[in-house]
Amino acid sequence: MSTVTCPECAAEITLEKGTEVGEIIVCSDCGVDLEIISLEPATVKLAPREEEDWGE
Amino acid sequence: MQPRLKIGVLYSRVRVEEKWIFGAMEKRGIDYVRLDDRAIHFDLSNPAPWQEYDAVLERSISYNSGLYALRLLNAFGVPTVNTASVAEICGDKLMTSAALARDGVPQPHNATAFTPEAALEAIEAFGYPVVLKPVVGSWGRLLAKVNDRDAAEAVLEHKSTLGSVQHSVFYIQEYIEKPGRDIRVIVIGDHVLTGMYRKSDHWITNTARGGEGELCPITPEIEDLSLRAAQSVGGGVLAVDLVEHPERGLIVNEINHTMEFHTMQPLSGIDIAGEIVEYTVSVAREYA
Repeated sequence: MSTVTCPECAAEITLEKGTEVGEIIVCSDCGVDLEIISLEPATVKLAPREEEDWGE
Repeated sequence: MQPRLKIGVLYSRVRVEEKWIFGAMEKRGIDYVRLDDRAIHFDLSNPAPWQEYDAVLERSISYNSGLYALRLLNAFGVPTVNTASVAEICGDKLMTSAALARDGVPQPHNATAFTPEAALEAIEAFGYPVVLKPVVGSWGRLLAKVNDRDAAEAVLEHKSTLGSVQHSVFYIQEYIEKPGRDIRVIVIGDHVLTGMYRKSDHWITNTARGGEGELCPITPEIEDLSLRAAQSVGGGVLAVDLVEHPERGLIVNEINHTMEFHTMQPLSGIDIAGEIVEYTVSVAREYA
């Protein structure tokens, strides 16, 4: 099971099975949105902030 | 034997919908490529790499990125779901209203003005309360229910001073006393797939804002109105949002061209992602 470290609060987060690159996960400790950058090795970065033209 | 198709899926984030779409592609053995809209670039003098795609399914979160990508792809002759024209209309509430008005599809009473002064005059003519909406925007963001003249003046001044240039197009809509819910209907091509009530105690019933979903039976009236609305904006893969007006009955509030369906797919038990993929394949085959 891959783990990543939250760049905001340093919490260790275990990635769920089936996690994909480009997916957003939420740090269970500090609640920040993180984007999966790669899976091997498992890497995350802070997700971009919501923009005005985002939506469906 | 039919030729093997190559499908692109343009996306910004892998939400659960994109995961389901990728899964549906893989399940069908489709040759597909994930196109992150933050990483791609277009050389306008060399469309050939893009013309290898038989169709591109657009799932961008950014309206601008998605729209411009669709415009380029369509200019290169690449079929897209949805088309640039549909995205252009659905991504802009005023253009949606204009299309619905042209085709006589029932919708809320709307008005538009380009200065705060003219907007205030239009609002006063409506009577309070009214709703101010950005022409481009989603997830219930920056909607303002304006209950009186003081609030109208404040919101208009804030919009014109703090907002981007787009906020100087004032889109004014009657406030509808809906029964704590609206209806989202998924239309794919000329077929209504499923529908859902979105319930909330708040006047904004968007599930992105905490509204809850409940299955809505598709009546002939809902089906007819949803199909007319979808056709009016050009058709494709669409989510038509309906509101139950206390006097006028069902009307069309808005139409989304890259809809989310994370609540609707499990609720309805319908493989919406699979249906989207099937539709994309049919578009690709049509032009192959």
